[in-house]
Amino acid sequence: MSERDDILARVREALTVPAPMPGHDHDTGPRALVLPSMADQRRVLPAVGQSFDEQAALFRRKAVELHADFRLVKDVAAMAAELKAICAAEKWQRAASHAGELTGAACRALGLPILLTDQAFDKRELARCDVGISDCDALVAQTGSVVVTSRSAGGRALSVLPPHHVVVARREQLLPDLPAAFAFLRSKYGADYPSMISFITGPSRTGDIERILVLGAHGPKKLTILCV
Amino acid sequence: MKVTLFIPCFVDLFYPQVGISMVRILEKLGHTVVCPEGPACCGQPAFNTGYWEESREVAIKVMESLQGAEVVVIASGSCGAMMKVFYPELFAGTKYETQARELAPKCYEFSAFLVNKLGVTNLGARFQHKVTFHDGCHGLRELNNKRPPRELMAKVHGLELVEMGAAETCCGFGGTFSAKFPMISTAMGDVKCASALDTSAEYIVSCDSSCLMHLQGLIDRQHKPIKTIHLAEILVQQ
Amino acid sequence: MTEPAVQFKHDARRLSADLRHRQIILTAMGNYEVARDQRKGAFQDWQSARQMAAETKWDAINHLDRHLEQLVRNLEARGTKVHWAATDQQARDIILGILRAKKARIIVKSKAMTSEEIHLNEAMEQAGYEVVESDLGEFIVQLREEPPYHIVFPAMHLTRDDIKDVFQRKLGDAPSNNPEELTMVARRVLREKYLQADVGITGANFAIAETGMLSITENEGNARLTAALSRTMITLLGIEKVLPRLEDLALFLPMLAAMGTGQAITCYNTLYGGPRQPGESDGPGEYHVVLLDNHRTALLADAEQRDSLHCIRCGACLNACPIFRNVGGHTYGTTYCGPIGAVITPNLRGLNEWRHLSYASSLCGACTETCPVKINLHHHLLQNRRNASRRRPSWWQRIAFQVFAPVANKPALWALVTRMGRLGQKAHSLVKGGRLDPAYAWTKTRDLPPVAKQSFKEWWRARR
Repeated sequence: MSERDDILARVREALTVPAPMPGHDHDTGPRALVLPSMADQRRVLPAVGQSFDEQAALFRRKAVELHADFRLVKDVAAMAAELKAICAAEKWQRAASHAGELTGAACRALGLPILLTDQAFDKRELARCDVGISDCDALVAQTGSVVVTSRSAGGRALSVLPPHHVVVARREQLLPDLPAAFAFLRSKYGADYPSMISFITGPSRTGDIERILVLGAHGPKKLTILCV
Repeated sequence: MKVTLFIPCFVDLFYPQVGISMVRILEKLGHTVVCPEGPACCGQPAFNTGYWEESREVAIKVMESLQGAEVVVIASGSCGAMMKVFYPELFAGTKYETQARELAPKCYEFSAFLVNKLGVTNLGARFQHKVTFHDGCHGLRELNNKRPPRELMAKVHGLELVEMGAAETCCGFGGTFSAKFPMISTAMGDVKCASALDTSAEYIVSCDSSCLMHLQGLIDRQHKPIKTIHLAEILVQQ
Repeated sequence: MTEPAVQFKHDARRLSADLRHRQIILTAMGNYEVARDQRKGAFQDWQSARQMAAETKWDAINHLDRHLEQLVRNLEARGTKVHWAATDQQARDIILGILRAKKARIIVKSKAMTSEEIHLNEAMEQAGYEVVESDLGEFIVQLREEPPYHIVFPAMHLTRDDIKDVFQRKLGDAPSNNPEELTMVARRVLREKYLQADVGITGANFAIAETGMLSITENEGNARLTAALSRTMITLLGIEKVLPRLEDLALFLPMLAAMGTGQAITCYNTLYGGPRQPGESDGPGEYHVVLLDNHRTALLADAEQRDSLHCIRCGACLNACPIFRNVGGHTYGTTYCGPIGAVITPNLRGLNEWRHLSYASSLCGACTETCPVKINLHHHLLQNRRNASRRRPSWWQRIAFQVFAPVANKPALWALVTRMGRLGQKAHSLVKGGRLDPAYAWTKTRDLPPVAKQSFKEWWRARR
């Protein structure tokens, strides 16, 4: 018998005795347990408005609280202009990114040497880049989160190793809440998920020293979201 | 109605005036008060220490003495919780389980009885002092007794209530805990007293004499400028 | 008393009187409470959310075999190597075996209380590996050579000057005591380690059975970097971390953040479903998941206390506990401290040696009240006390309670004891507060009230 069989056998043996359900007295017998539906979750989680404007406003509020930079722009040209301005202000010299419609436009606008992470790359070279520019799978209004994956955002390291992470997104990608985000991931990837899916909510932070908030603990110190 | 009043051991020995105040208040409201002669203890010390068989010996006698009671008022939150919430757990799987479950809905802590059962908040009491309230843990969390004491205090003429930051934090008594881990118990009591002193109140009020015993013990030893008093002792003052 | 009990009482005595320590912790907890309550208030219905979370965990744990099988099936389907460890020793051996096979030299770790539980770092260091904790709080206590103080905030007990001091001593690099500058020192040091590391070891907060993924919650990005840059990644977790479905995270991630740190959601919440997949450009070529039992199945078998396995390790019960606030995390002398630690440690590590943790509580119930998954923590402490007394009763306590019963039950005896109490108190004043005082545990720091001149029962009897 393997350890696996041993442990599973112990689990099954243990579970032959039923345990009381939470929040129910000894009197009331166990009822059939139904896991919470999306509607159930939405009833209890923080409320989110229905319209795009409400959701965008909520995302913006969250971004401000999180010290993330969220900009809603008119079109791709406007996005490129914003990016060039940030580049000049921050004095970027090297950027990293991956192939994509929006990321391609962003990289062309910058005119910097670009490390592409679509194929195997040198992680030390990535570490020397001032900024990582990536697509995202979704934006989540309820929490101000950006959803990236290892398949659609240039791998695992691009969105976390360079000190500044820029996300280029489209307004159709804005989802209301976490239940919607997980439903979206399920419908997009079905049975073939990327090996990494990450919800990024603001720049990296720590409160480990006297609970004082410090940004850029290990991940990016700055997070910019440009939404076309 | 006929009210069966249960007086816990420490109220009997150390704070009889709390029980006497309750009798006077209930009789003034027109009810008949009965105090069963029998058991002096609800059995919580043994129960909390893990000696459930020994606890049952006392608890069975308590339940016997309360047989046929219309309503049971208990002069402390901790003993009230013991009888209302923990007796069913103590007797689970024994032949006394039904009796314990039948007793539970009849049990009330004193302030909860006045407000929730009798619907009375104004007793015409007068207490011209600034006070702060300590929520005893059992009364607060097992009996959900946050509001009744405050509704009663709101109707006391001249009483000014200032809530302390640590109102809901445990005072550190915890029964045998206070003797088994006296240093932790004392530290918790110190934190509680400091929070009370911050309000500049003259009195710490509670529905639990056991908590007050612990706090008063610290106050006396450290000569702190604050006193403790049970809510019933306030409500009886005209 | 057992050795752990002696150590606990000794440290509790010291820390309870340490006013500096008390102030640091109370300040930290005060700030946490404000943020936590804001987050709870943002939920439309926090209490219903707790009930949903409790029910979801009930399903996860009470169908654990089914969920574990599904989890492993899904993980293995995409190339993850799954290992099962019945004991802490086995888990250490499995991980050391992987390190040997991969000829590793430098190991970078993100926070994993399970790795503390099995004393993994010591084992790896003894085997000659360089082990670097990447979470800032863990990094700091690792430098100080002490265990984490709190399951979420390892360095909660330290001031900026304490941290500056250890950075100066151990790294030779501490420009000031400014938290931002100190954090940047750690960032610089650790960046190099991430790039050098051969193997990255993480824990996990949740294991999603349905999709075969491990969910890691963090703020710093150190786990993300650990999982992105090493060639081999290992995740160690207890078998109880299972959640049934992907969408259960929509509830658990915000609840964990609200109660753990007072945030709406933490900075990085990441799902790992395997090693680098075809078409992906980076990530570990090998992914190992080590599933740890280590007495969890024993807890599972105790139907009364099975729900202690529902714990999501948020730390909220620690924060609410007045005992924890006064004695601090190190006093417990074991991996899991606070109320959850007091509940599970006697069951995981031995009832006789660790029962004192379940006794070191006033049973105030703040832990049960705050727990996001509604574990009946303080009732479990009572059950541990009952089980401990049955297993190995303290003969003098048992006798005391047996003598007390008839005294309490018989009015004549109680009346006698009342009169004797009055007399006894007069004599007591001779020894009060000193070493001969039988009530010394009380009178060392507190005065005793006088036995009333007329007890209530005496008044009642006289009245009639």
